[in-house]
Amino acid sequence: MTGGSGQDNGDTVTFNAAALLLLIAGLALIGWLAGRARSLMLAGRAHAKLHSRPQYHGWYVALWLFAPAAIFLAVWSAVSPGLITNSVLASEAAQGLPAFGFERGAILSDARNVAQGAQAAVRIPAAAPLVQPYADATHFYAWIGIAAMLALALAGGLYAFTRIRPDFRARTRVEKIVMAVLLLASLVAILTTFGIVLSLLFESIRFFRLVSPAELLFGTTWAPTSGAPQPDTFGGIPLFWGTVLIGAIIAMIVAIPIGMMTAVYLTQYAAPRVRRWVKPLLEILAGVPTVVYGYFAALTVAPALREFAVMLGIPNASTESALAAGIVMGVMIIPFVSSMADDSINAVPQAMRDGSLALGATPNETIRQVLIPAALPGVMGGILLAVSRAIGETMIVVMAAGLSANLTANPFASVTTVTAQIVKLLTGDQEFDSAKTLAAFALGLVLFIVTLLLNIVALRIVKKYREAYE
Amino acid sequence: MTQDDLTIADPKMTAKGVDVFYGQKQAINDVSIDVGTDLVTAFIGPSGCGKSTFLRSLNRMNDTVASARVTGTILLDGEDIYAPSMDVVQLRARVGMVFQKPNPFPKSIYDNVGYGPRIHGLAPSKADLDVIVERALVRAGLWDEVKDRLGESGTALSGGQQQRLCIARAIAVDPEVILMDEPCSALDPIATAKIEELIHELRGKYAIVIVTHNMQQAARVSQRTAFFHLGTLVEYGRTTDIFTNPKQERTKDYITGRYG
Repeated sequence: MTGGSGQDNGDTVTFNAAALLLLIAGLALIGWLAGRARSLMLAGRAHAKLHSRPQYHGWYVALWLFAPAAIFLAVWSAVSPGLITNSVLASEAAQGLPAFGFERGAILSDARNVAQGAQAAVRIPAAAPLVQPYADATHFYAWIGIAAMLALALAGGLYAFTRIRPDFRARTRVEKIVMAVLLLASLVAILTTFGIVLSLLFESIRFFRLVSPAELLFGTTWAPTSGAPQPDTFGGIPLFWGTVLIGAIIAMIVAIPIGMMTAVYLTQYAAPRVRRWVKPLLEILAGVPTVVYGYFAALTVAPALREFAVMLGIPNASTESALAAGIVMGVMIIPFVSSMADDSINAVPQAMRDGSLALGATPNETIRQVLIPAALPGVMGGILLAVSRAIGETMIVVMAAGLSANLTANPFASVTTVTAQIVKLLTGDQEFDSAKTLAAFALGLVLFIVTLLLNIVALRIVKKYREAYE
Repeated sequence: MTQDDLTIADPKMTAKGVDVFYGQKQAINDVSIDVGTDLVTAFIGPSGCGKSTFLRSLNRMNDTVASARVTGTILLDGEDIYAPSMDVVQLRARVGMVFQKPNPFPKSIYDNVGYGPRIHGLAPSKADLDVIVERALVRAGLWDEVKDRLGESGTALSGGQQQRLCIARAIAVDPEVILMDEPCSALDPIATAKIEELIHELRGKYAIVIVTHNMQQAARVSQRTAFFHLGTLVEYGRTTDIFTNPKQERTKDYITGRYG
């Protein structure tokens, strides 16, 4: 809780949030022990039966001690720097400061760093007279904060401690608090998603003030960085086409048959020992960072494909091609498809398989005519999820597909995708209010909406199908 | 051969000294039995006595269980069904099976029945298949209920209809033996009565073996009854004898409700 000792201003107390958190955690532990002991003692003296087990009384005291103090700590950590600066600005020494601007900020932060022990001496002479007021204010507000926090902790702890009775329903209270904490935790992800969507939405609206949505969605020329003589054009069709060509066509042509065959082999033919090894291996494959796949696509697959294309005499063969990115992305998606298909095939009841075999069908006929049709809705859902993953994939396309927005069906030509363009628009020195930068947010919004719809449809299909066999 | 003649002169299937193991555990111990062509044979016994296991070894459905092993001899028309020369696909086309829970495929009623004939190439044309499907559904007593909706999913039928659809599916490949593994245990009494009636009608056309928990059902539908207990065949004889005059003490205890 104290800091800066050893400096010339060694008596300064700073507000060290981490140390204080430890302190109240320690107090909470004492509160836990005390609450538990008191409940036992009361129960023993009154020969009464405790409503809640002693440790729940302990938790009740500990939570009352910890939670209000911790919340205060969080608020105070956010508020106190502003209070300190205000009081320094109000002091006599601050009257000579330059008006608002870069210099004023530099002087203040220099003084603050010295006062709080982050550096040994001032670098800007003008900051020197401010060090002492800063140290005083820091000292003052730290003590206020610590005192208030300890008071809150003790008040909370005492309140809880005095409420302990043998028939006090500590367990119910503690469980309610735990439930509230769990609810908060689950809200974090949801609220963050909302925040992301809102920020995308606001930036996109700014973009659509400059460029009409119709141009983005239906325009066929993508040239956001064209020179001054001709205006920038933001026609998204080449990007959407590139995304579909790579993620939904080429990648799926690779991933669906191989993934399905993998699943059929693993569920129907593989010995349990093989399955025990291959399944986790496939799942590990799903965890390989996509940038590694990107290297593979750019350095190995793309040059090989170009040579192949040249050999065939295909024009426009480029070292950056839709085919290279699509094939490698397909390989990346294989574990995803195979694991979804595996689950779906396994979910088909054994009775279905037995029924077919008992009619004299071969295992092969059983798989093709009974298992796969029965598993198809689930497999379709899995494929849609895989597509939504593939069109959101970035690294592979940035590295292997290129950045030129061609509207072509030639898989050996260089194309670009929505995600690759977002990266291109946002890297390098950018002003954050130009149409070019804002276009990235609009593209992100389009991508978000498409993948969201795909996911909703996919999950509905999977869910409907699961219900059918329960 | 009359149905009351206990020695079966020309048995459809014959089991001699059959043992079935699941891994180390022996589920069936030295069972020998004859199944007659024109008869309904019932296997009764308490849960876990091995009657279903033995039934599944008659069309080699135990092959699908990796740890299962069958020793001894099982003959179909004098041919060893576990011989290497026996094609399990051909065997199962001749020895059909109906399961405990109705298990229609998630296909149309027509395709459920047509499934077997199609994979065995029994119907060269659509017209032939139409005939086969209709005949099988008529025999299974389901035709009048479904003839106007053959395109609907088999899984949309009621439980009893589904089970008769499964029987029609088995009949459609024209088997010689039909094995029924507790075919009514998932059905209500009315649907059960219909299945029992159907078994009466099918008798004589196919050799039928039915596993049942329900002793009244065995008494109603079968001419021969085999009582299994703890993996052994305790007693086998005419159904009337087993239920009125059992020779073994254990059989008597079971049919009088002492255990089971």
